[in-house]
Amino acid sequence: MSKDQQLHDTLEQAQTNGSTQSDRMGSGADERFNSKLRQAFGSTPFILTKFDKFMNWVRGNSMFMLLFGIACCSIEMMHTYATKHDLDRFGAGVPRASPRQADVIIVPGTIVSKFGPRMKRVYDQMPEPKFVVSMGSCTISGGPFQEGYNVVKGVEEIIPVDIHVPGCPPRPEALVYGVLKLQEQIRHGESAPVTVKPYELQQFGDLDRDELVDELAGEIDEEDLVMRYNWADSP
Amino acid sequence: MSLQTPSPDLDVGETPEGLDFDALADLLDEHVLEREQHINTEGFVVRPDEVETVLATLKREAGFDHCSCVTAQQYQDRYESIYHLKKYKDPTQELSIVVPTPSDAPLSQSATSVYETTNWHEREAYDLVGIEYDDHSDLRRILLPETWQGHPLGLDYNQKKPQVVPLREHANPVEEKTKVPGESDTMFVNIGPHHPATHGVLHLKTVLDGEQVVDVDPDIGYLHRCEEQMCQQSTYRHQIMPYPDRWDYISAGILNEWAYARTAETMADIEVPEYAQILRTMSAEMCRIAAHLLAIGTFALDIYGDFTAIFMYAITDRERVQNLLEDLTGQRLMFNYLRLGGTAWDLPEPRDQYFEKVREFCSYIPERLEEYHNLLSSNELFQMRVMDTGILPPEEAKNYGCTGPVARGSGVDYDLRRDDPYGYYPELDFDVITDDGCDNFSRALVRLEEMRESAKIIEQCVDALEDYPEDEREIQANVPRTLKPDPDTEIYKAVEAAKGELGIYMRADGTDKPARFKIRSPAFSNLQSLEIMAEGEYVPDMIAALGSLDIVLGEVDR
Repeated sequence: MSKDQQLHDTLEQAQTNGSTQSDRMGSGADERFNSKLRQAFGSTPFILTKFDKFMNWVRGNSMFMLLFGIACCSIEMMHTYATKHDLDRFGAGVPRASPRQADVIIVPGTIVSKFGPRMKRVYDQMPEPKFVVSMGSCTISGGPFQEGYNVVKGVEEIIPVDIHVPGCPPRPEALVYGVLKLQEQIRHGESAPVTVKPYELQQFGDLDRDELVDELAGEIDEEDLVMRYNWADSP
Repeated sequence: MSLQTPSPDLDVGETPEGLDFDALADLLDEHVLEREQHINTEGFVVRPDEVETVLATLKREAGFDHCSCVTAQQYQDRYESIYHLKKYKDPTQELSIVVPTPSDAPLSQSATSVYETTNWHEREAYDLVGIEYDDHSDLRRILLPETWQGHPLGLDYNQKKPQVVPLREHANPVEEKTKVPGESDTMFVNIGPHHPATHGVLHLKTVLDGEQVVDVDPDIGYLHRCEEQMCQQSTYRHQIMPYPDRWDYISAGILNEWAYARTAETMADIEVPEYAQILRTMSAEMCRIAAHLLAIGTFALDIYGDFTAIFMYAITDRERVQNLLEDLTGQRLMFNYLRLGGTAWDLPEPRDQYFEKVREFCSYIPERLEEYHNLLSSNELFQMRVMDTGILPPEEAKNYGCTGPVARGSGVDYDLRRDDPYGYYPELDFDVITDDGCDNFSRALVRLEEMRESAKIIEQCVDALEDYPEDEREIQANVPRTLKPDPDTEIYKAVEAAKGELGIYMRADGTDKPARFKIRSPAFSNLQSLEIMAEGEYVPDMIAALGSLDIVLGEVDR
């Protein structure tokens, strides 16, 4: 199957799914949840169901956020963590500096071309199951900077998103609401469908040969991971 | 100030009435090809291969020790670099050096040997516009990825073109090529772009020898969201104003808006009513307090390494000032409060109640500062970490174009609120805080004490607002619905923002949108001086130095 066909299929799947809760959950619980335990408990589905429920409850109530500041929204995010708004009240107030210790990544700001591959990398380093809250208009569509030559039109072009919090920037109350909604989702065992995104990290050697790639061949190694931005196709 | 008392040691061209451009032109003699009239000053056109000589002469003989900005732009028939020169002792003495280069071979001499600060400015000009600088030691892309194709602010750039951006993180950390010759045990460490101590998405390429920093190369551009392009495709009257809020987003919105307001108002010759100026001054100083609070909070976070008391205190106090600003402007962070010719609206009703709240806050700040001093500046642990680290000597600060608390912490007495007055500042009584320590400690100290001055200013503004006769409360001047400045008017104006001199260069082309909009961001220039402060120090001291610079990446990358 060609790459385009694959992409098309996954995208179509993502589109047909996603309208209702059961659609989003797919057949059976998301296999990214508790997969090790699922293997261990395989023959006793009753325990597993209860355990899934329990684990989801735990997960929702003890979320480790990634300490991840990008732009303006990160200031409001800091306010959400700190006194007054105190996200800790909801069991989600311990920002971890390392992606390997975090469950939830709040993406607080504009993603530009140079940062896109880095963010993808940080996201990839987080252990499963992981959840994404996109904060602010820039992460939804590029926001006020949508027409910029360097701006990725929304974080969903690169990583899957569970909760969008609109605003420029959203108030801390809005972010708290978004986090609460995420907890609700997790409790119900849902997460965003993982689809192949328009902008993926890939090896330079795997890119289709065209004028641009030929031009860059001298500068980039075949094995280097790159992200190719097709700005014309961006929304 | 030096202008009031003419002394024998006046620079060439300096007169009690202002600059004598004829004398300056005589000084440069045949180097000046032509003289242009910009709104803020005169522009001397010079040949691209004489840039260094001209600038060196001006710096040496005429005392232009501050190259505040380098603007690059492309015309239909040529490229142009403009060096905006000023003096630290009196920023109203300005001069622009205009360097045209032909379209087919945009090659100009670099000014890095005269002003160190032009290093990054010229790299940016190369990156975004495509002018090349001869003799530049390190001419590579600065904001965009190194594999980017084309120069986006050039006239023929196609924005729809695909681009390939590499990740480049598989490089061996102890890479052969990063070894410094003669030193055997150096190690290459990436700090950032996702790192809690870099205040956003800064990437520091650091070479270590043991635990000491041998070389640090800040890699910026991870938040380059095309602010200049955005402003160039927006109309003067209303559309540009929301963007400044997002340059320095640490609640310094109104200070930034004022930079645009001042530039556009000077360009279009708009007189702002005094009442509106008082409102602007008051709200701008509230923003300064909020910005400095966050600077102090995150600095303490960098030094102590956890979400401890000072960070929480600072955020709590920021909530208070943000509440005041929200009452006034309707937003917590992106105020969009200023308009060309005035402000969006008057004080909230009931006024008395608002004044009471503001006064309460103003008396609260000095009390609270005592607490900060107890926790921070008189704390021995803190002192051990920040005293005598991150040294930035005053000459270097000037050479790197540092402004704001960074320059004032090095004893450079430079504050545009006093030296190039605007708004209601001339009527107000406040001190410019400087400190001769030149280290991380002095920069933090300057910020703390500036909050006290800001509180003083706010109080004086409240006094003035309270007594303001009711029928003279004009918040908005008469401004035409569409602004169309005359073609080819050029202007560079700056205000004192939270981080230093925030300047804007604009060129009009007769339409209602600027043909070139260039932002001189203070943090961009300040960040350059990190190499002076960090090299030879330990890694934690570099982090402290970075924290004390108080950069905000939105403004560095724009």
